[in-house]
Amino acid sequence: MTQKPILSAKNIKKELGKGAGRVLALRGVDMTLNPGELTLLMGPSGSGKTTLLSILGCILAPTKGTIKIAGQETGGLNPEDLAELRRAHIGYIFQSYNLFPTLNALENVRIALDVIGQKGYPAAQRAEEVLHDVGLGHRLKNFPSNLSGGEQQRVAVARAIASSPEIVLADEPTAALDSENGHAVMALLAKIAKEQKRSVLAVTHDPRTLGYADRVVRIEDGQIIGEERRPDGLDAPEIADLTKRRKANG
Amino acid sequence: MILTLAFRNLFHDRIRLAVTLVGILFSIVLVAVQLGLYLGSSRMITAMIDRANGELWITTYGAKSFEDGGMLLTQAERHQALATPGVKAVIPLVVRFQEWRKPSGGSTRVVVVGADQEDGGLAPWALVEGTWQDIKAPDAIAVDRSYLDELDISGIGSTAQIGLGRVRVRAMTDGIRSFTRSPYVFTPLSRARKLIGADSTRTTFFLVQLNPNANAETVRTELRNRLGSAEVLTKQEFHDRSLVQWLFRTGAGVALIGGELLGILVGTVIVAQTLYSSTKDHLNEFATLRALGSSSGYIHKVILAQAGLSAVVGYLLGMLISLGVLLLSKSSPLPLVMTPGLAAALFALTVGMCAISAVSAIIKVTKIDPATVFSR
Ligand SMILES: Nc1ncnc2c1ncn2[C@@H]1O[C@H](COP(=O)(O)OP(=O)(O)O)[C@@H](O)[C@H]1O
Ligand SMILES: [Mg+2]
Repeated sequence: MTQKPILSAKNIKKELGKGAGRVLALRGVDMTLNPGELTLLMGPSGSGKTTLLSILGCILAPTKGTIKIAGQETGGLNPEDLAELRRAHIGYIFQSYNLFPTLNALENVRIALDVIGQKGYPAAQRAEEVLHDVGLGHRLKNFPSNLSGGEQQRVAVARAIASSPEIVLADEPTAALDSENGHAVMALLAKIAKEQKRSVLAVTHDPRTLGYADRVVRIEDGQIIGEERRPDGLDAPEIADLTKRRKANG
Repeated sequence: MILTLAFRNLFHDRIRLAVTLVGILFSIVLVAVQLGLYLGSSRMITAMIDRANGELWITTYGAKSFEDGGMLLTQAERHQALATPGVKAVIPLVVRFQEWRKPSGGSTRVVVVGADQEDGGLAPWALVEGTWQDIKAPDAIAVDRSYLDELDISGIGSTAQIGLGRVRVRAMTDGIRSFTRSPYVFTPLSRARKLIGADSTRTTFFLVQLNPNANAETVRTELRNRLGSAEVLTKQEFHDRSLVQWLFRTGAGVALIGGELLGILVGTVIVAQTLYSSTKDHLNEFATLRALGSSSGYIHKVILAQAGLSAVVGYLLGMLISLGVLLLSKSSPLPLVMTPGLAAALFALTVGMCAISAVSAIIKVTKIDPATVFSR
């Protein structure tokens, strides 16, 4: 692909912990994300997936290495600039969801829009729409404590994609989902990548998700050990078709 | 959404909210009562001066308040004053403590206030029974209805003795109370002199009224030059001097102000403490907000909104209680006073207090690392 990457990271190293508990969680990782692509990041537990994702998402600073997002180097940016970069370009789905316990599903999505300056009725409309997309149209007013793990995860997905960010970083977005909902979320992420030309990087162990990927990157022990393109990755019409069928079934 | 989040965070922990509100309530009620007492006292202290109709006061040298004038001024000063350019009228006032002998034995002190309404200087206002004509009848006086018990009388027609003279209540005012706790007794000038056993030429104050185009400052300077031993004060100066005398020389005002400061301090500490612990409890959410890309300003607004909401709720409840206390104090010797200005000042104070309280929480949250979201 000759497209200009929206994100490129070079030689990322990250040390975590102190003293005896010090770990080299990432040992020199390169990564590029292109618009229109759904990339899967696969690897065993503890291999550094979450660490990599949070560094790419500018939430965690790398110990070494450079990251460029939408043409901007992140090295040397202050916390305020990094926050701006996050709200301008990145949607993040946390492995542990990190929903606001005192806000209901709709409000959890709305506050993410509010943070980036989308307010009022249009934002409320949009929040409702994405919650419908993740199959939670009937759970808008439920608080996280009244949602199942899978439902909470889908709220987290809705929150990350509501503003249509150029980069979606999803940390095990289907881990808590049953097969049907897992497929629905993956189809949604694939659709965003294809139709809106966004870059999606999703961490997963789940072989069921392979079918949605354009590219699979494998990580082990803080190092990329392989990357494969999947020519059989679904294209846009197929996904649209799939979504339609699922809606008809549901 | 900022308000929503602030509101939810606030109401999420009811016990902490209750503590916050109690802190604010405590402050507001304490400050409202202290300031209300202060205002009530001030009004009481200066009521006579404020009501008297004259730009300048001639007093004996060093007179500290309305009750402190002595009986030293004479006709000589009156004539000198009248001859001063710009002076329209010079009205004598007699004010003196005197013994009130209760009908059933025992005695108390009253302040005899002698003035003739016809002079247009000072007259009993707020008359609820009887008129000035009644007060001019032989032996007649007017007292305030709130002091009947203390004076051991039942009302209109009651008789008693002031000094050596017999008096009969023929008129009553309502709400003219005395800060010295010695009730005021209004009576015409000449009877006042008799009741206190003073010479018919002696006077406590001269109230000076000016011609419409006269400059008060010029006349005052001229009067000062002419009246060597007497003092000439503007109405405002005498007003201020009385306040200083009663509120500060006696320490009463200092105690009130000390109470206010204490209230503000305690309230601020309580609110700061609860806001800080609330922020600590919700730190993970603030980190999430930060990870979602919120500016630190956005997060500060959430905390300030929490402080602001506490302020508004606390203020409303505090005012409710304060107004209750105010109502209860209506019949006490020192009724509290609440004015729109005071209510507004209290609101500003509450908001300020909560804003200051938010500082430690804001400092805490400013240092937050968005990577905290991964630590749970
Ligand atoms: N805060 C931390 N302090 C020390 N070690 C950490 C910390 N966070 C993660 N690690 C370690 O870093 C490695 C990578 O972790 P992580 O990125 O969470 O893995 P994954 O998401 O692939 O399961 C693991 O060995 C983990 O134990
Ligand atoms: Mg992980």
